[in-house]
Amino acid sequence: MKSKNITLIILGIFFLLFPFIIKSEYYQHLVIIALMWVVIGSSWNLLAGYTGQVSFGHAIFFGVGAYTAGIFVTKLEISAWWGMLFGGFAAMLIALFVGWVCFRLRGPYFALATLAGSEIIRLVATNWESLTDGMVGILIIQSFRSKLPYYYIVLGLAAACIYAIHLLMKSKWGYYFVSIREDQDAAESLGINTTLYKNISLLISAFFAGSAGAFYMNYMAFIDPHVVFSLHYISIMAILVGIVGGVATIMGPAVGAFVMVGVQETFRSAFFGVAPRWISEAHALVFGLLVIFVIMFMANGIVGDWGKIKRVLLGTRPSA
Amino acid sequence: MTVFLQTLVAGVLIGGIYSLIGIGMTLIMGVMGIINLAHGQLMMVAMYITLVLFNVLHFDPYISLFVAMPCLFLLGVLIQKFLLNPLMKIESILPENQVLMTVGIGMVLTEIIRFIFSSDYKSVKTPYSSSAFFIGDISFSLPMCIAFGVALIFTGLLFWFLLKTDIGRSIRATAQDKDAATLMGVNTGRITVITFGLGSALVAAAGSLLLPIFYLFPDVGGPFTLKAFVITILGGLGSTVGAIVGGVVLGIAESLGATYIGMGYKEMVGFVIFVLVLVFLPGGLKRLTKI
Amino acid sequence: MPLLELKKLVKDFGGLKAVNEVSFQVEKGEIFGLIGPNGSGKTTIFNCINNFYPITNGDVIFKGKSIKGLKPHKVCHLGIGRTFQVVKPLARMTVLENVTASAFCRFNTIREAQKEAGRVLEFCNLNTSKEKLAKSLPIGSRKRLEIARALATRPDMILLDETAAGLNPSELDEAIDLIRRIRESGITILIVEHIMKLIMSISDRIHAINFGQTIAEGSPKEVADNPAVIEAYLGEEYARS
Repeated sequence: MKSKNITLIILGIFFLLFPFIIKSEYYQHLVIIALMWVVIGSSWNLLAGYTGQVSFGHAIFFGVGAYTAGIFVTKLEISAWWGMLFGGFAAMLIALFVGWVCFRLRGPYFALATLAGSEIIRLVATNWESLTDGMVGILIIQSFRSKLPYYYIVLGLAAACIYAIHLLMKSKWGYYFVSIREDQDAAESLGINTTLYKNISLLISAFFAGSAGAFYMNYMAFIDPHVVFSLHYISIMAILVGIVGGVATIMGPAVGAFVMVGVQETFRSAFFGVAPRWISEAHALVFGLLVIFVIMFMANGIVGDWGKIKRVLLGTRPSA
Repeated sequence: MTVFLQTLVAGVLIGGIYSLIGIGMTLIMGVMGIINLAHGQLMMVAMYITLVLFNVLHFDPYISLFVAMPCLFLLGVLIQKFLLNPLMKIESILPENQVLMTVGIGMVLTEIIRFIFSSDYKSVKTPYSSSAFFIGDISFSLPMCIAFGVALIFTGLLFWFLLKTDIGRSIRATAQDKDAATLMGVNTGRITVITFGLGSALVAAAGSLLLPIFYLFPDVGGPFTLKAFVITILGGLGSTVGAIVGGVVLGIAESLGATYIGMGYKEMVGFVIFVLVLVFLPGGLKRLTKI
Repeated sequence: MPLLELKKLVKDFGGLKAVNEVSFQVEKGEIFGLIGPNGSGKTTIFNCINNFYPITNGDVIFKGKSIKGLKPHKVCHLGIGRTFQVVKPLARMTVLENVTASAFCRFNTIREAQKEAGRVLEFCNLNTSKEKLAKSLPIGSRKRLEIARALATRPDMILLDETAAGLNPSELDEAIDLIRRIRESGITILIVEHIMKLIMSISDRIHAINFGQTIAEGSPKEVADNPAVIEAYLGEEYARS
């Protein structure tokens, strides 16, 4: 228990000082993106890992958050930072509708319904040109030239997200979420309003994913429907971050985010320019292979299967 | 009126092919309780097989159908045997890992094809690709009529297979109650393998039939996976008859949507139906007829 | 006023009447047994009381109010706890977490809920397995966990669905003892059971059904001697001789 606290403090100090240790903007950028994925992965994990409602459409909330921030600039002509405040709430609003429709289905059908939902909203964003500028996308001017402000904003968001979920899972709601995951009928018979609590989990999850989306708009300064509502690069990536790190663990998605962003960047940059160019074109293939590999051999992720990984790496036998 | 009838005819014809895609998915869903998210991607692979046969050996797509189907049957069998079935033994918190696995498979198939054939749009030009005949003012595209007819034949064969053969009966038994089927001596592991192969072969047929009238690129699979999913929800989970009706309904709805709302929204029609069905008719068309 | 009253309850599964006009009244504080051969509709009645199945016809009155059409979680909050014939442990939660989750039904803070859970686990002799995962429990303990979970919702009435099925003799005695102690604590019990020895020895009154219809009601002795009951259980031949 004590050593865990010490690790956390060291980690905290490291992340606070990171931009002063590593001055390279390239690496700062990667860490910013990874921290953003910590938020998305954790939010996905709350709904899927803890509540058992596997979402294949987290791009819905991410994208709505991003577009809220973007539309604030293009239509209301106010700062995209307002989106950081309202992006999460806009995502919650959409989540209300998503929950109303999709929670009529259980298990894999729920997953597929969320996937269909993300396709619907992508098509809407593509076709509703008067609001979203369609395929052209939204381009804004970045507020800061330095990476530092973005770094601390997303670090704060990630820390808040993890801490909030940590507290949540120790409360009544957390117990209810896990009960619903384990057996919906039993949960219902124990007095748990399963529909209500599934929606609560969805709303909280959507809030964080939406905030992450709004941050993305501010930071990247450009979005279009294919980027922010992407099935593969947002929804599936969110699942991978959760699974690689470890579903239903607090720190799992955080670990998963850094691993996945690292893997993605390694292949996208063809091993930082060392390997031949064609490798970078294969990064989507690697992504797919990774999905298969992780599900086959690391179903509970790095944090969840830590004991197993240690055994494989150290070549020791499991202690009975 | 002519425009409306023409739209309707086009919708019904494409709906026949949709049905074929939907049936494959429904079969897999019924037996394994999962949705195969690589379904459209399997069809895409079949289309590329057909394309290669056409370009290299000058096979007519309708003949290649008989090559593509066994190839995809085999591919389906391998996927089920080595990738999906082993997952049942893995203890995982997420119950949906089989579905996720199919997503991974779909991505890998797409990327491998992209590697081999690049992202370029391809199509097959046959002498009959744009031929049509007329009844009154309504034109009937010849390849679409052939596709519709072949789809009907395959559906008929599938029903015969499911109703009259031992394997077919085992498949239906497994779909109804997997545990009971196991207790009655059905080798459910083998049945899932055969079913996945069968579903893949059916969607392969749809791919070969579509090729003369459709263009082809590696990402063509995704939208069809989603269509197949919409069809199964529309028809009612696990219902083969529902999938046929669902396919035709989707075809007509898309066709009407494209004509009267706009091409951009054509893809969305299916999803709107999907949401409407979930909200107002949970259980799909199956609920109306109790098939 | 009876605590629970079924009024001509009908449950129709697409033409098949699983329960057909069954009526009975359970008085406060009693152990009321519900018996019947396999497939006679006992579990269906339970599922209708806490509304896992919508009722086709008739009514269910609890504490003088109709609970027909209420969601299962509402029924639980009103004071009806239940166990499942096929146990449904929250597998990847510990025993303590299982019971704490249900104690949240009456308590809002984790401290109170855990305290209540500890009390209930003590009562059900599950204290030693507190930290074990529910899925690792043997069947006897799982059955007790079901009861513990239902008790932690502080019910006025508990529905026990074949709690003794699959238990060995010593576990069976323990179960009987537990059921008696539950009653002593003031909770009314409606119990479905196959094991005649158990149900005959602990029930105050018994209601027998077959093919979804009432065939007898009365004290254990009356029901056991009733020809219709003997016929239902042992076949026509035995009844006549």
